[in-house]
Amino acid sequence: MTLKLGVPSKGRLMDKTFDWFGARGLTLSRTGSDREYAGAVDGIDGIDLVLLSASEIPRELAAGRIHLGVTGSDLVRETLASWDDQVREMDLMGFGHADLVIAVPSAWVDVDCVADLDSVAAAFRAAHGFRLRIATKYHRLVRDFLKREGVADYQLVDSQGATEGTVKNETAEAIADITSTGETLRANHLKVLSDGVIHRSQATLFKSRRAPWTDAQRATLMALSDMLGTVQA
Amino acid sequence: MNRLPKPAVRAEALRLRDVFEAAGATPVDPAILQPAATLLDLYGEDIRARAYVTGDPLRGEQMLRPDFTVPVVQAHMANGADPARYTYAGEVFRKQEDDATRPNEYFQVGLEIFDGSDPEAADAAVFAAIASALSDLPVRPATGDIGITRATVAGLRLSDDRRAALMRHLWRPRRFRALIDQFAGRRPAPAHRASLIRDMKAGRDPMAKAGPVIGLRSEAEIRARLDRLARDADQPVLPAAQVDLLDQVTGLRDTCPAALERLRDIAVDLPSLSPAVARLARRLDALDAHGVAVDALPFEASFGRTTLEYYDGFVFGFSAPGRPDLPPVATGGRYDALTRVLGGGRSIPAVGGIIRPEIALVLRGQEAAA
Repeated sequence: MTLKLGVPSKGRLMDKTFDWFGARGLTLSRTGSDREYAGAVDGIDGIDLVLLSASEIPRELAAGRIHLGVTGSDLVRETLASWDDQVREMDLMGFGHADLVIAVPSAWVDVDCVADLDSVAAAFRAAHGFRLRIATKYHRLVRDFLKREGVADYQLVDSQGATEGTVKNETAEAIADITSTGETLRANHLKVLSDGVIHRSQATLFKSRRAPWTDAQRATLMALSDMLGTVQA
Repeated sequence: MNRLPKPAVRAEALRLRDVFEAAGATPVDPAILQPAATLLDLYGEDIRARAYVTGDPLRGEQMLRPDFTVPVVQAHMANGADPARYTYAGEVFRKQEDDATRPNEYFQVGLEIFDGSDPEAADAAVFAAIASALSDLPVRPATGDIGITRATVAGLRLSDDRRAALMRHLWRPRRFRALIDQFAGRRPAPAHRASLIRDMKAGRDPMAKAGPVIGLRSEAEIRARLDRLARDADQPVLPAAQVDLLDQVTGLRDTCPAALERLRDIAVDLPSLSPAVARLARRLDALDAHGVAVDALPFEASFGRTTLEYYDGFVFGFSAPGRPDLPPVATGGRYDALTRVLGGGRSIPAVGGIIRPEIALVLRGQEAAA
């Protein structure tokens, strides 16, 4: 039985993942035509490469259909309830950095931190008759963060894209989204709360705690861990 | 927890409902699917994380009822005449994100009393009815009173804004404590706030370089809050003695009579507490009249402060000692503020409680095996 390694199937995340493994003596490559999602691993025996959308990798790890997977730590935490019961972080890979942040209009000069947002939410609800809306696609991460921080009188509204535009379009008062440089936020007249970083995400190699592990697969994992210099969890 | 067969749980639920009905409560049977908007507006995102929300093409977002209280209150507000007493039995539905062993569908049996004539008598009636229904089980009661904490906050020497902020966060102890520390000068105002205040005092307009005002929150709203922040900066600190009184109240854990004595002492320094203490005394008399052993009844001032935030007075629970694996077998409390929100200005003093029949059966089985 081979060990299944899931990696992102396209774009910069795929290229950087290939580079990362390449620097450690493992050559990952796509095989067949450009359009075919098949891959190969050279430099070690017993590993099958599975090319997947980065957003599907958390689910596949949790289902135990792949043994190892590379994806953003934000996606794992957002997609999986009690994520650390289902997967284990083997290595932080040092690329794909992005922060999940809460941002509000720059014109809100009275708001700097989460406590300010909470206080504004109370006044907003009293004035407008509904809860202050925060647009996001990271519902679990944002809700857990705001609960921990004791924020009240807000609601999450789903936004799967162009989230930075929701405030101007008056479908939300604030947003929670991924940013790497903050440029899109600034272009949309938004600013990040000083203590509003919910999660600092990066590409991470995860190990499934739910996949069936045979002795052969364990041996392969051991050999892989040696090459990668990771601690075998 | 090992689940019991559903027919047995249902039979126990109906038996308990019959007990409440025989004691004068009207049985009601609210729909399982509830309009989500009301519940979301009332409970906020916490409920979205815990309740199953589904869509209906004509009716919009629907929720599998996470509790019976809201539909019972709504039905009463729409057609009921006061006073009224209701009982119900059926399933509620809660997502369990952290602990897959906890059931996501379970029975509740409830008793709700809408009666403003003598609230403490109604508090005692609900508690006594539930205590009596559980009298054959190895359970320990807990009681508290959110009204005591509210009355304490009401009496602190604070501006209205500061008091309102504390009242709003009664149910979030961490944010509550952060506010107290800030008002007491134990934690410095955030640096951003300090520089904002300095600018305003120097006559500089913080909005001068704010850029375009986007979104629904208007410039007038931003300026109104700036004014509030400026006023707040001039507030005197909350004296340490007042924080100490608050800590004494919120940390209070004792038997009911001892807690009552202690609160009477504290009320000497904090007269705003007296009416709430008098209510506690009347409630204990009413409980005593129902045959509840109040001398040994525990009182914990902060009990119920981390649960759903609709309880605003008397709160209680029953749980099995030595069984931390089980949720409480019964919980309840007074929720006057919730009827005010749902009633659109009209409010009806209301108190209620629920029993989880499956937990009751588990405990009965444990007794039989012992």
